[in-house]
Amino acid sequence: MLPVANIETTVIEVNHVVTKFGQAVVHEDVSLSIQRGEIFAIAGGNGCGKTTLLREIIGLITPSAGMIRILGVDSRQLEEGNGRPIHRRFGVMFQHGALFSSFTLAENVAVPLREHTTLSEALIRDIVAAKIAMVGLPPESAVKYPNELSGGMRRRAALARAIVMDPELLFLDEPTAGLDPIIAAGFDDLVLSLKSLLGLTVVMVTHDLDSLWRIANRVAVLGRGKVLGIGTMQELFRSDDPIIREYFRGPRGRAASEQAAWNHDGPHA
Amino acid sequence: MEQQATISVENNVIRCRGSWTLPNLSWLERRGRALRWPDAPTVLYDAGEVTAMDTGGALILQRCIDGVRRKGQQTALQGLKPEFGELLRKIEVEWSRPEGGVEVRGVRWVESLTRIVQSRQVSVIRALAFVGESAIAFGRALIRPRSIRWRALLRIVELDGVRALPITGLLTFLVGVVIAYQGAEQLRKFGTNIFIVDLVGISLLREIAPLIVAILIAGRSGSAYAAEIGTMKVTEELDAVRTLGISPMNLLVLPRAFALVIALPLLTVYADAVGVFGGMLIALGELNVSFAEFLARFEEAVPVRHLLIGLGKAPFFAAIIALVGCYQGFQIRGGVDDVGRHTTISVVQGIFLVIVFDAICSILLNWWDL
Repeated sequence: MLPVANIETTVIEVNHVVTKFGQAVVHEDVSLSIQRGEIFAIAGGNGCGKTTLLREIIGLITPSAGMIRILGVDSRQLEEGNGRPIHRRFGVMFQHGALFSSFTLAENVAVPLREHTTLSEALIRDIVAAKIAMVGLPPESAVKYPNELSGGMRRRAALARAIVMDPELLFLDEPTAGLDPIIAAGFDDLVLSLKSLLGLTVVMVTHDLDSLWRIANRVAVLGRGKVLGIGTMQELFRSDDPIIREYFRGPRGRAASEQAAWNHDGPHA
Repeated sequence: MEQQATISVENNVIRCRGSWTLPNLSWLERRGRALRWPDAPTVLYDAGEVTAMDTGGALILQRCIDGVRRKGQQTALQGLKPEFGELLRKIEVEWSRPEGGVEVRGVRWVESLTRIVQSRQVSVIRALAFVGESAIAFGRALIRPRSIRWRALLRIVELDGVRALPITGLLTFLVGVVIAYQGAEQLRKFGTNIFIVDLVGISLLREIAPLIVAILIAGRSGSAYAAEIGTMKVTEELDAVRTLGISPMNLLVLPRAFALVIALPLLTVYADAVGVFGGMLIALGELNVSFAEFLARFEEAVPVRHLLIGLGKAPFFAAIIALVGCYQGFQIRGGVDDVGRHTTISVVQGIFLVIVFDAICSILLNWWDL
């Protein structure tokens, strides 16, 4: 159970996953593995099944064939009650936050603690306040309801709820989509600092080329129902696959890579 | 693999051991409260054997340290692994809850009463505005019938009228049976069996069938209107409609209101027939009134005005139900519980207003001797 006592390094294993919705084939054959302590990004064009893969890993959808293991447990066993101990070990931030609209921010963040632990009310309040501060939200926002928060704040609140149990694994679905560049960059920094502070393994689905360059240790590009390429951004940038080239070397990809190179060498060189 | 966490006191040294993580925190917290804290001027915390620490664990440790400091003693911490030290430092410096936390101010009763009255006033004004707006839209649509969305209207007539036939039929049939049964007992005592026709005919045609149909439709369609429009509002579809230059009134409210105004009287006619048929069956079985006798008596005992009064109320019931449903839909502000609340209100208010309207009709018609 203890994070330090876990010596296995592969936390997620996706083995030959096939996904079909009726006639439509989303994944023909997808395999990948994610190591402890890395920030792993799943990228690819719209409709290539990134979010579907994420939902399969966390057990919301069952793949048509193939096998997914998360923290050593078959993801098919995550459905309903069975996976309870596992559910405490990962947090998920959904694309639109998925905050409970009838709860205040603080109540939203406290939900996992109240459901899964027997901590005292005072300690729960302290932990919630610490997490709210951790994600960079002002303390006054704790009593607000989700519809009183801005998009960026809602995203942070959802992150606070995802990390309130100090999980080993954090899943982020399009964390920076729809945020302005400054807030998006702030969110990237936040993920980096939380990762080092809490020893998280982060799995994120994203389109954001800037975040891919800045924070992802490894990236898997999905397309045509397969994993087209997997590796660091530098490796993928040199890839010969036409879709990957298009994805990373299109006008936006180029700009993001130049920006990343500049950040890397420019100011410090 | 599971390691317990402990905190213990040995000669002015507080020893922390094990895994200071969520599963053990509850125990640690209780343990910490039960400890007798040392009263030496300097207290040493030895955290060298802490194997894991999460936010909650760091918070508890920080609390212990704060507690000792508050008594004026010095503290020193040693042996904590650097990765946990960073977390503890952040907890101490940046993330501690401000004293007392965020105060939620209690609302005094005068204030809450004022708020209720104000919100009632506002909602009455809003409701009146909505009725006015829909009346204007209704008038415009009558002047230019081409602007009515006939396709949507017919679809709603099918969904809320035709598809409601089985359930309205079954219900009014049963109500007809019940009325006839209850009446039969009394009538047999006086040997006035044939008056079963008056009883069933007048009560059903004039009052009960229109009311039953209206209540059923309020539950079935009024609630659906509120939920549909509310969900459109939550998903910003309503804003899209507005920015496309389409009036939500024309697109959503008028077709629903018109459709119910058409469907409800038709459903009522059908309910009348089925209900009276239920009464006929019981009259035959319980009172030996044959179908032929029943129908012959029906013609002379039940003047056509009762049917017309019942049918005349139906369009008004329909308008009330449709407008209340749509209005409540527009009142939904966002949030899942809001959708549920306003859907409930739409049904309760719809039925309430229908019955109030019916009562007013009864009183007025009684004055005019109808």
